[in-house]
Amino acid sequence: MSTSEKELQAFRAEVAAWMKANNPADPGFLLPQTFMEVGDEQQLEFLREWQHKVWAAGYLGMAWPKQYGGGGVDPIFQSIADQEMRRAGVPICFNVIGLGWAGTLINDIGTEQEKAKYLKGILTAEDVWCQGFSEPDHGSDLGNVQTRAVRDGDHYVINGQKIWTTMGNFAKYMILLARTNPDAPRKYDGLSFFLSPMQAPGIETRPIRKITGEFGFTETFFTDARIPADSLMGEEGQGWKIAMQTLQYERGAEAGAAGGQAMVRVTVDDMIAQVAGVQRDGAPVLQDPVVRDQVVQAIMEEKAIVLGDRRAHIGALTSDYPGSLPLSNKLRATEMTRRMRQLAINLQGAEGALYVGDHEARQRGFWQRAYFNSFSATIGGGTSQVQANIVAEHILGLPK
Amino acid sequence: MSVIGNTALSFSDEQAMLLDVARQFCRDRSPIAKVRAQLETATGYDQALWDEMVALGWAGIALPESCGGSGMGVATLVPVVEAMGRAMLGTPLISSALAAQLLLRAGNSEQAERLLPALAAGAPATLALLENGDWGSETVALELDQDGVLHGTKKYVPDATVATLFVVCVKHRGETALAVVHAEQLGAGALQPNTLIDQTKRSANVDFSGVRVDASNIITGAQVTVALRDVRLLGALLVAAEATGSAAACLATIVDYLKTRKQFGKLIGSYQALKHPTVDILTATDSARSFIYHAATLVGDTALDRDAEIACRMAKAHACQALLYAGDRAVQFHGGMGFTYECDAQLYIRRAQWSQQQFGDAQHHRKRLATLLLG
Repeated sequence: MSTSEKELQAFRAEVAAWMKANNPADPGFLLPQTFMEVGDEQQLEFLREWQHKVWAAGYLGMAWPKQYGGGGVDPIFQSIADQEMRRAGVPICFNVIGLGWAGTLINDIGTEQEKAKYLKGILTAEDVWCQGFSEPDHGSDLGNVQTRAVRDGDHYVINGQKIWTTMGNFAKYMILLARTNPDAPRKYDGLSFFLSPMQAPGIETRPIRKITGEFGFTETFFTDARIPADSLMGEEGQGWKIAMQTLQYERGAEAGAAGGQAMVRVTVDDMIAQVAGVQRDGAPVLQDPVVRDQVVQAIMEEKAIVLGDRRAHIGALTSDYPGSLPLSNKLRATEMTRRMRQLAINLQGAEGALYVGDHEARQRGFWQRAYFNSFSATIGGGTSQVQANIVAEHILGLPK
Repeated sequence: MSVIGNTALSFSDEQAMLLDVARQFCRDRSPIAKVRAQLETATGYDQALWDEMVALGWAGIALPESCGGSGMGVATLVPVVEAMGRAMLGTPLISSALAAQLLLRAGNSEQAERLLPALAAGAPATLALLENGDWGSETVALELDQDGVLHGTKKYVPDATVATLFVVCVKHRGETALAVVHAEQLGAGALQPNTLIDQTKRSANVDFSGVRVDASNIITGAQVTVALRDVRLLGALLVAAEATGSAAACLATIVDYLKTRKQFGKLIGSYQALKHPTVDILTATDSARSFIYHAATLVGDTALDRDAEIACRMAKAHACQALLYAGDRAVQFHGGMGFTYECDAQLYIRRAQWSQQQFGDAQHHRKRLATLLLG
């Protein structure tokens, strides 16, 4: 099926108009910028309602099969809808583990039964999903997962602990990586993958209070927890393979994800816009020569990342260290983000000391919270220091 | 419209081929031992090597075919100069190319067709801009009087001792103008060579007093100011491209040492205190390359627009900082060896200091970027 350019343009205009007309009014509280920041019921219910509305309008899960709640159209439509959501600055579609990972996986390799049971609830936001991969003592070393799953009749009995479970306290389901065979010759072969319920006897979540003072993650404890045996995805021993496949899904409809924007993008433009009205030495802050130089450097840093993404596609210009730009991307982008947000607070003058909850805080304390939350990206998924080691060893060939 | 603005970056197959040829040529013909052999010579480069570069067409690469060039546009100088920077290969290529650009952009077709073919054929030329150490100065004191006689001195004129032709920025009838001076017109003792921090480079103070300029070699008009601004931006871009190449070479030198030198029983490259700054040098060099080829995408043979100006200034502001950091750390990471003249780290730290000062340093460009971007 080929779709005409004209049709796509018309669709883009339609989505843009819908987003403009339906972008919710300021709810009177600070909304999460990413799905990792959903801290309370108030935010959850607001976002649940929003995602449901986007789905009901036909702009979410557009490429997923119709019989499971999707739209059954070409993924290009979802990509366009996602772009327009970003452009319009509407709230996020928060059920990211479901939309981008679990649902995508179920769509790709799940049984008919699994698809019928899970997919629609992911799209409508009725069923929140979380992920149970990381464990307290193993960081991101998934091969070492110690949580045990033992078959007992129609159930598996789970014992162990997961950490950094985003929305663990709100979730109905978890994609869970657990060890079914501790004696497997290769540690990877002992792992299995589950689509586990969260409301089961023996599963307890304990919210983790973040540096921001808010909630968003939990620790998840499994104490002789009993989950139905048909929660197992695929077969025992396929856990590693399925987990790796899950990690490879990039957000984006082309990769099979349901779509929806996972985070509100913040740029140096936003940083500049937020200082409107701020004075320094009796004049607008952006007239201060020292401040101007810092802002120019922040602009250059962001521009270098955008240009780097472009250059990464030009083989002749990446010949020194071909993998350098993609492999260092996380390091560069997350550190840039952190520095930019720190500067944003600095630009606010004395107001910079106000925090979320103070009625005078600029943008309700958005930048203060965003700065703190930016550490989730410089730490999560391998700290910047580990990333630097990886780049040094894999790109420059420096010794371990 | 985002303050990030234009993010175009393209590179043609033709440019890719040129980059490949230039890199291979510089690697083969200008190994570091040959660079070192020229550090204390009068000209700073090997004439036979320059002749080969001319034979490859590099001297005329950006010049129109009507002037003996190959008409590939000013942007094609970027990959060539980056390759030269990587090999620390001096030569008057940048000076000659910029002098030619100034004539091309400010002069008329008669002047271009009369003066440029010699440059395309390899006669070195240069441009004489500075009268003091201030790249931001708007004033020109060197006077071209009513009778066409010059009065005054230019400072830090690059490659002045080998230049056959000087494009001199002058004050004429109260306006900024250009005077073309042939080397043989200079008086005895007019050239006072500078001792430069970067020994692969040469420059001199040049006293033009008493030189009589033929009317056909005087360029006046409003286009002179535009051409001067554009050539300074192109100069900034070419120095940035050269610095980017030098930073890449400096990084390679550091990495080699970190992989072979042992201290306390371990290869020093295994220490994170050295590893992480080395990654910083890699990412800074990566960004420098992105900036210079972005700028190369935007500059053309017509007057530079706002986007091109921003791109050239960012390229210069970033690339020279990247090389400063790389050169500085190269010396430090080589330990006691790094403190010696024998260690190649000295070549890079010296080049870094030279590059930073050409066509305005990082602060000079960031100050102008602030006006362009923030109003």
